[in-house]
Amino acid sequence: MTKSQSSIPKDTLMWMYETLVLIRRFEEQAKREADQGRILGTHSAIGEEATPTGICAHLRDDDYVLGNHRSHHHCIAKGVDINEMMAELLGKATGTNKGKGGTMHIADATKGMLGANGVVGSNIPVATGCALSAKVQGKDNVSVVFFGDGASSQGSLHESMNLASIWNLPVLFVCENNRYAESTPFEYAVAGQSVANRAAGYGMPGVTVDGQNVIEVYEVAGEAVERARRGEGPTLIEAMTYRYHGHFGADNPRGYRTAEEQKYYEDKDCILYMEQFLIESGVATKERLEEIDNDAKAKVIKATQFAIDSPYPDPSELLSDVYIKYP
Amino acid sequence: MREDSSTIVMGIDVAGAAGKADEGFIDPFGGTFAMTKGLIQEFGTSRVLDTPISETGFVGAGVGAAAAGLRPLVDMMFVGFIGVCGDQIFNNMAKMHYMFGGKVKLPITIQAQTAASGGNAAQHSETLYSIFAHFPGLKCVVPSDPYSAKGLQIAAMKDDDPVVIFQSTRLMGVNFDQHVPEEAYELPIGKSRIVKTGDDVTLIGIGTTTRTCIQAAESLAKQGYQAEVVDLLSVSPIDEETILSSISKTRKVVIVDEDYPKCSVASELSALSAEKAFDLLDAPPVRVTAPHASIPYSSVLEQLHFPSVETVTKACREILG
Repeated sequence: MTKSQSSIPKDTLMWMYETLVLIRRFEEQAKREADQGRILGTHSAIGEEATPTGICAHLRDDDYVLGNHRSHHHCIAKGVDINEMMAELLGKATGTNKGKGGTMHIADATKGMLGANGVVGSNIPVATGCALSAKVQGKDNVSVVFFGDGASSQGSLHESMNLASIWNLPVLFVCENNRYAESTPFEYAVAGQSVANRAAGYGMPGVTVDGQNVIEVYEVAGEAVERARRGEGPTLIEAMTYRYHGHFGADNPRGYRTAEEQKYYEDKDCILYMEQFLIESGVATKERLEEIDNDAKAKVIKATQFAIDSPYPDPSELLSDVYIKYP
Repeated sequence: MREDSSTIVMGIDVAGAAGKADEGFIDPFGGTFAMTKGLIQEFGTSRVLDTPISETGFVGAGVGAAAAGLRPLVDMMFVGFIGVCGDQIFNNMAKMHYMFGGKVKLPITIQAQTAASGGNAAQHSETLYSIFAHFPGLKCVVPSDPYSAKGLQIAAMKDDDPVVIFQSTRLMGVNFDQHVPEEAYELPIGKSRIVKTGDDVTLIGIGTTTRTCIQAAESLAKQGYQAEVVDLLSVSPIDEETILSSISKTRKVVIVDEDYPKCSVASELSALSAEKAFDLLDAPPVRVTAPHASIPYSSVLEQLHFPSVETVTKACREILG
């Protein structure tokens, strides 16, 4: 803790707190929108904010992030505009994807967010290709792919780790292990009880980190990103985390996990931890943190209003963007 | 590749003997069908990438590389291997441009080997055009001779959309007695061409079967009938104008496709003819295709699987009277 306090710039610490809170408030609002029937339920990232926040703190706009079905937190941490995100959730023309992608496909190439992806494990090879592009072009940008413990059983991860390792690509494979693939427990589905250990088989470092602790994630990610930028190849990071809600909007997790278990993780909440850390280390006052939270709430309300006020796509959009050029 | 340094080639044994240049082993394969031979010596290992046998991994990496600024040509070897990389092609390559609202472009070309040839049997002999053509977002081209192979290859690799090129194994090694210009040229994707004119019946060929159609037309000519042969060249998009214009002249159409018959490009062309040229037709559209059966190994059975000059000629005679 002492090392962290001294090594992380204050601006970065505050950016991370702002990001954690903004994600939390955005996701709460997305849930309200779903509850009111304006949108279908989304895959809530509440509880999992710290992993992309600690990692994206090291990234530039020209670094790539690829997500999965639960990706609002990846997008926000990578700097995607929340007005456009909320408009996308509402299927509006002003959305990140012009209303054509929705919650599972949010993308903003200008921010290096090359897309959430609805197929589990599908984006892992794509991220590997982004890293290949960086290497072939002699650039120092890196590629990060987020996936869950469920995707760790997909062949796409294993094929990609092998490729990234033999080609020494600048990619971070980041497993957000939230302990459940839909309702299937990690302990049941992952042989050896560790995703990180699988890195050894592909000749790359594999690190397990407390995914509720943004400082720890930041430290681990910093090393991995720097390795990648130096051309020293890929890293597998397994961040142990937890989703507070069900797998998707209508899923009641009480069918497969206890209230006690959930409380255990909620007590280790990433925002509570960071608040305590910032106050105890004298980086911010409680009042300042409350201001940040209020600010996040206001931004989310503004984003929601922007989305509601925005027009739906023109019917002609149905047939545009299928191809760039079609005779 | 000389024109654009962002163009890369990747696939299994696109050069071969990866990492063994020090021992004097360079480019032994140059692609399973030697189509990428010599590239590694000119462009090096950073642009000509031998991959592990890992289709999901490297086809997906091609998609990512395209999204991040390269123009990859990915060799997936036999088209039947779609079974081990379908997710990347159908869910990412075909859809990303659309689902991201047109904000990400994917200038990637996939090269796939087709056609029953010499006992490769069920998994290494298919064509499967229709599976790819079914997906919005993919363009699909099928060269039928060296001239179209070169023109479509260059057009595909310069195209900003994902393009799949189907290369016929059965056409390899065939002497076409055809001039292929040394310089670069493009054939427009989405355009068919008339390779033989005639007034009595329209024959539509796709890749290998264009050659079959030409030979059938020669046979019909000896019997006093002039067949027009349309070389489809592109199964997505389909050049409706050329096809309908030919049918309006001949009033009869025989579609020759070596793919399985159900839900095929032949079905699509038959539907097109029936829906848009119904009043022009003197006979129902005829399809000559492979049977609804997997491709057998034995040469005796394999020969029966794909449309032959005889079956095409016979089908024509039946509607020519």
